[in-house]
Amino acid sequence: MSAAVELTAITKRFGDVVAVDAIDLVIEDGEFFALLGPSGCGKTTTLRMIAGLDFPTEGSLKIFGDEVGTLPPNKRPVNTVFQNYALFPHMNVLDNVAFGLKMSSVGKAEARAAAREMITTVQLAGLEARRPTQMSGGQQQRVALARALVNRPKVLLLDEPLGALDLKLRQEMQGELKRLQEELGISFVFVTHDQEEALTMSDRIAVMNEGRLLQVATPEEIYEKPVNRFVANFIGQTNLLEGTVENHDTVCLANGARVAAPSEHATGTAVAVSLRPERAHIRDRGDIPPGETSVDGIVERITYLGNARVYDIRLDWMTMEVREENRPGMQVCEPGTDVSISWDPSAISVVTD
Amino acid sequence: MTAVEAPAADEEVLEVTPEFEAAAERQERRRGFLLALPEFGYLTLFFAVPLVIVVVYSFATRNRFGGTDLSGWNVDSYVKLAEPLVREIFFRSVWLAALTTVICLVIGYPFAYYLATRSLRVRNVMLVFVMIPFWTNFLVRNYAWRVILGNDGPLTKTTEFVGLGEHEYLFTQTAVVLGLVYGFLPFMILPLYAAIERIDRRLLEASRDLYANGFQSFRHVLLPLSMPGVIAGSILCFIPSLGAYVTPEILGGAKTTLLGSYIVTQFLTARNWPFGAAMSFVLMAIMLAATVVYFRKGGRTL
Repeated sequence: MSAAVELTAITKRFGDVVAVDAIDLVIEDGEFFALLGPSGCGKTTTLRMIAGLDFPTEGSLKIFGDEVGTLPPNKRPVNTVFQNYALFPHMNVLDNVAFGLKMSSVGKAEARAAAREMITTVQLAGLEARRPTQMSGGQQQRVALARALVNRPKVLLLDEPLGALDLKLRQEMQGELKRLQEELGISFVFVTHDQEEALTMSDRIAVMNEGRLLQVATPEEIYEKPVNRFVANFIGQTNLLEGTVENHDTVCLANGARVAAPSEHATGTAVAVSLRPERAHIRDRGDIPPGETSVDGIVERITYLGNARVYDIRLDWMTMEVREENRPGMQVCEPGTDVSISWDPSAISVVTD
Repeated sequence: MTAVEAPAADEEVLEVTPEFEAAAERQERRRGFLLALPEFGYLTLFFAVPLVIVVVYSFATRNRFGGTDLSGWNVDSYVKLAEPLVREIFFRSVWLAALTTVICLVIGYPFAYYLATRSLRVRNVMLVFVMIPFWTNFLVRNYAWRVILGNDGPLTKTTEFVGLGEHEYLFTQTAVVLGLVYGFLPFMILPLYAAIERIDRRLLEASRDLYANGFQSFRHVLLPLSMPGVIAGSILCFIPSLGAYVTPEILGGAKTTLLGSYIVTQFLTARNWPFGAAMSFVLMAIMLAATVVYFRKGGRTL
């Protein structure tokens, strides 16, 4: 069985600008796959190339083993949920959803029947005669989904599908998309700049920046073992403690302190130790549990989040963030207190540029 | 509740009651009306009044000396409209105007689409090109066409040279249509451009993604969404073509008398003002009715 989508050395240039730079990527059938990155990183261009809305400048693009590089979008077994939906404003919901089937010369009656069924699946039954402009953002989102899925694509592409929705609705739709994907068993490839969304929904995530693919892995791996500084910083919050590799077990930090940090890098390599705010703990100065590594600092600021407090701790050479869950009986440090920050050696990862 | 003795008058001012809002709205409307007053005045004086004069004259009588007697009101002029000659001129005019409109649409649509999809810089330059002809007098431009189409002109020379034989263009219906298309093409392009430019390009991409080929995408998405431009452009082309006077007069021959020329003849040569007025009025009524129907029909498909 060949992969759902296979990109080999795909490059896209717009004039002098390299939007996508020789990326290799394999997306398996039945996978919920996220293309994640800041705006302008090439993730949307990559998706558009899979859809056939842009053609790669170089490289090979296969969908289920068939080379589709320069095939127009109407000849590819994929469908897209566009950013802001791109619903046809001059058609009602039913005609919007039936559009794809009508174009692929399925009979009108049959197309309508299939469209009605799909409209029911996305819980919009009864709204067939509405115009898209008469619907809420969430409903439009469902129409866009139905319009793509009714064609039974082999791969569904979603471009920032939830970007225009408010938080509550977005969370609801996240669950629904996941459920739909599991039900249909096809792969969903979605583009997002929202790392939380990518972590919540995806089986695997590809992190992109400046046209390059930085890391392709499961959400856990991306979060726990980021390959470089950018990934560590982009996915979730982190503290990056600059230093150089001393040996395979130790990194010498900028202030001269040595911390246990296993890595494969050669001695002398400039690295950063990535420490997630929730993996570190605030201790009374010097009161370090055995086996943990620590640095000393002063509490500068406390941000109350309800379920947690975030402490900004000033060290000699930088400021660190530590997040403490808000459990009953928690001792709260006042700003100005001398404290130590400690962590288990397994909590960190060593990253390079 | 009643312990605090607030002055009733103050309370009324502070509270935003429905009455207060309605009053504000009324005031707003009054202000809008005042702003539009010069326009209303102009239209009344120079559009409505002349139109009334035309209507009045159409029911008047032509006297023996070619003058018009504002007495003995009758509908003779309207009856005269049914004469075969008038009918022939009318249908010829409609046919040529329709032909002009269709040609403008066929030429103008691809160009407008091209224009709407260029970068802003290219668009602006090309829009200037579209409008450059307006900087030269319309009459002069029509005479220029006379040179182009003339018997010893470049067009005849070219067809002769490539072996298509000798053709006469000037003073034919072809020449008139060419001239009309030339004259009114910008009026087709500009509204089409405005309409197409407004369409979200992603809708076209979405249609292609949903298995529409290029033509289907045009037929089911681009065309219906650009219908306001098609309608506006067609009206702006058809109506002046139907009543055109200068172009048929300069490029057309005696055999191709059109409504515009015929009406002018009634006033200047035949000195039958009532008949000319009746014909003008009916023409206007027909165009108005056609416009309303066209808009209604267009409105349904939008």
